[in-house]
Amino acid sequence: MSAVGIIFSNVHDKNIPELTQIRTMASVPYGCRYRFIDFALSNMANSGIQKVGVITQYNYQSLMDHIGTGKDWDLATRAGGIKILPPHITAFANTVNLGFTTRLSGLMDCGHFLERCKEDYVIMSDCDVICNIDLRDLIDAHAQTNADITIAVKNVTLTPDAYKKNVILSSDEYGRATDIFVYPNDKSGTHDISLNIMVMKREFLHSVIHDSKAHGYTSFNSDVIAKNINRYNIRTYRYDGYFACVSSLSEYYSCSMELLKPDVRHALFGDKDRPVLTKVRNSAPTVYGSDSSVKNSLIADGCNIEGTVENSIIFRGVKISKGTTVRNSIVMQDCQIGENVVLNCAILDKNVVVRDGRVLSGHETKPFFAEKSIMI
Amino acid sequence: MFKKKECVAMLLAGGQGSRLYTLTEKTAKPAVVFGGKYRIIDFTLSNCVNSGIDTVGVLTQYQPLVLNEYIGNGQPWDLDKTYGGAMVLPPYQRQQGADWYSGTANAIYQNIDFIKRYDPDYVLILSGDHIYKMDYSAMLDYHKKMEADCTIAVIDVPIEEASRFGIMNTNEDGSIYQFEEKPKNPKSTKASMGIYIFSKQKLFDYLMADEADPSSSKDFGKNIIPSMLAGGERMYAYPFSGYWKDVGTISSLWEANMDLIGEKPVFNLKEPSWRIFSRNATQPPHYTGSGAIIKNSLITEGCEIYGQVENSILSNSVTVEAGAIVKDSVIMEGTVIKAGSVVEYTVMDGNTTVGCGCHIGADKSNGKITLVGSDLAIPDGITVPAGAMINEPALKELLKEVK
Repeated sequence: MSAVGIIFSNVHDKNIPELTQIRTMASVPYGCRYRFIDFALSNMANSGIQKVGVITQYNYQSLMDHIGTGKDWDLATRAGGIKILPPHITAFANTVNLGFTTRLSGLMDCGHFLERCKEDYVIMSDCDVICNIDLRDLIDAHAQTNADITIAVKNVTLTPDAYKKNVILSSDEYGRATDIFVYPNDKSGTHDISLNIMVMKREFLHSVIHDSKAHGYTSFNSDVIAKNINRYNIRTYRYDGYFACVSSLSEYYSCSMELLKPDVRHALFGDKDRPVLTKVRNSAPTVYGSDSSVKNSLIADGCNIEGTVENSIIFRGVKISKGTTVRNSIVMQDCQIGENVVLNCAILDKNVVVRDGRVLSGHETKPFFAEKSIMI
Repeated sequence: MFKKKECVAMLLAGGQGSRLYTLTEKTAKPAVVFGGKYRIIDFTLSNCVNSGIDTVGVLTQYQPLVLNEYIGNGQPWDLDKTYGGAMVLPPYQRQQGADWYSGTANAIYQNIDFIKRYDPDYVLILSGDHIYKMDYSAMLDYHKKMEADCTIAVIDVPIEEASRFGIMNTNEDGSIYQFEEKPKNPKSTKASMGIYIFSKQKLFDYLMADEADPSSSKDFGKNIIPSMLAGGERMYAYPFSGYWKDVGTISSLWEANMDLIGEKPVFNLKEPSWRIFSRNATQPPHYTGSGAIIKNSLITEGCEIYGQVENSILSNSVTVEAGAIVKDSVIMEGTVIKAGSVVEYTVMDGNTTVGCGCHIGADKSNGKITLVGSDLAIPDGITVPAGAMINEPALKELLKEVK
C-alpha cells in the first residue's frame, strides 16, 4: 500500500495577512524553530510517505528555501521526494492564467504531477495542520471501509467564534458522512470538524478532477464533497490528539502560547518515533548570561539571553540584552532586542531590531506586531 | 576519470582516549560529546570544510560504531560529495593478510591507495582530538610558498609546559632544524599541534621506508618527522595563534567546555565566518519552567529545565527537575536529574538518570572533578563522592557500600 502526499501551501494565506505578506502560510514560522508545513510534512514522512507534492502559487521563495532538497525530512530521494508544484503558466496562456484560489483548482493545475504518480492512495493535507497524526491509521481505516474519501475529523465543542472558521461534518453511526457545513454561520455545540486532511484512491482523485472540470466545480469542500455527499462514500476518521489550525493573528498568538503547556508539547513532540522534523540551521546552543532570568518559556538554539524572559516563545538566534524584559511575546528568528526594552504581548517577525529603551505592548486579543526586518 | 583534488585530508580518529575513562568505553574519543551540540571531531571536520577541503578520510579503529553513524555520508558538514567527501576508513583485509593500524604512520600507509584515488599534490594529516578553529588553506599556502616537503603547525606554549609537548626548534626563516619529543630542557616554545601537510610523493616515500623498518613504531612524531629531518628535507613550522585545546583528560574536557561560557567566551562557537557544523538531533526547543533559574550556561534543544542550572553545559534533551541544582557541570544528552538532587563539578555522560535527592560530586573549590558514565540509573538519595569515576561496575560497588 503506497501513498503520495499533497500539501496546499497557500490555501489559508488570507488568515494571517501580517505574516503571509512575504511568505506562504506553509512557511509561517511557528514554535521557536518550525514552520507550519513541518507538521504536515513530518506527518507524511513519519507515516512512510515517500513522495510529497507541495502545491503553491505565489510568495513561495521562503517555502522553497525552507524545504531545500527535502533532506531534513529524509525526502531527498530518487524515487520520490518533495516536489514543489508552482502554477502552470505558459508563455502562450498567461492572459487567461488567473492562478488558483482553491484546493481544487490547485489540483487541476498539477494534473501532470498526479498523472505520473504510481501510488495507490493520495493524502491531501493543508499546510497549517498543527498535529502529530499517524496517517497510516487513516489509510488503513479508509481501505477497510472501502470508502471513496475519508476525512480526518476531531470532535470538538465549538464556540460561536470557532464554527465560522471550520468545516463541520456530520456522519451517521457507521461513520459515513451525511452532511458538510463549510464555515457555517450557526453551528454551536459539539461537532466533528475537518482537519483538512483526507485520503482517497489516486484513481478516484483523477475521476474527481475530470468530473469537476466537467461540472465547473471550484471548491473541494463546497462542490466535490457537498454536492456528492450521497453519491460518494465519504467517511470520517476520528483523531483525538492535539490539533490546531490558525485563522488570525490573535489565534496565531494564542496557538503559539499553547506550546507552553506541557501536555500540548507532549502531544506534538513527545513521540520519539514520530519526531517533528524541520530544516536544520546548525546554531550553537543558547547562551545564558549571569543576569538572565527565564520563566515558563520555550527557547530555540542559538540565542543569547541576558535579560528577563517570561511566558514567551523565542526563535533561533535571538539576542535579548541586559535590563530587557520580554513577556508574553513571540520573538522570531534573529531579532535583536536592545537594553532596557520592555516587550509585552508582542509578535516580532524575523530580523526585527528593537533599540535600547523601547517599550512595546499589545494585548492578548490584539498583539503588537512588527513586520520583518524593521528597526524600532 | 574525475578531476584531481589539490589536497586530501586524513583524519586520525582511531584513538581510544583512555584518559577519558568511561566516556570512551564504548565510543572513540573523537565522538565524545562537547559543547552541548557537538562532538570533538566536528571542529576538525568544520575546519576542513571552512578551509575548502572537501575530501576527508576518517581513519577509525577503536569503537567506531558511534563515530561511523555520526559521520554517515558527511552531509552535516557538506561532505556528501559525488566525488570525494567524507569517508570512513577502517583497516581492511588484503591479499596478503590483514593488519590493524599499528601507529599513525602505518594507518596512513595502509591507505595510500585511498589517497592515490584523488591524485592530490598535498596530504593534510589531522587528529580528531582537539578543539580549535584553524584555516588549513592558509597553512597550505605557507607550505607552497616555502616549497616545503613537510609543514608542521606549531603553537607557542608556556616554557614551563613545553616539556609535555613535541617541540620544534626552528631557524629564523621558520625551517625546522631539530625536533625534540617531550624535551627535559626545551630550547623553544613551539609545540607541534599534530597537524602536518606533506607533499604527496615525499610522504609516500617516507611512509614506505618507515614501513620497511621493523624497529620503527610507525608513528609520525617518533619516526617519520625525525627521519625526514635526518634526510635533509625542507621542513617548516607554521605558527598558529589562537585557541587550541587538547581534550584528552576529564579535567581538560571540562575546562574546554567551560571556555564556551561567560560574557566573552574564550572560545566562540558563533563566529559567522567560521561556523562549526554538527549532526543535529531534531528536538523541540528547550523549555524553562516557572521555577527555573539559569545563569551563565549553555542550553541545547530538547532540554526541560525546572530547577537551577549554573555555569554548566547541557546537551540536548536533558531534564533538570524542580529543586534540582546543576552547577559547574557538563551534562550530556538525554540525562535526567530528578527533583532535589545536586550535581556539582561533574562531567556526566548521556542517558543517565540521577534519582531524587542525590548528591553528585562536590563544590568546585574542592578541586576534584567527578565523572559519571552513560546509561546508568542512580537510585534516590545516593551520594557520589567528589572525584569518583562512576561506570556500571563502580556504581554497583558504590551501592553495595551504601547497603
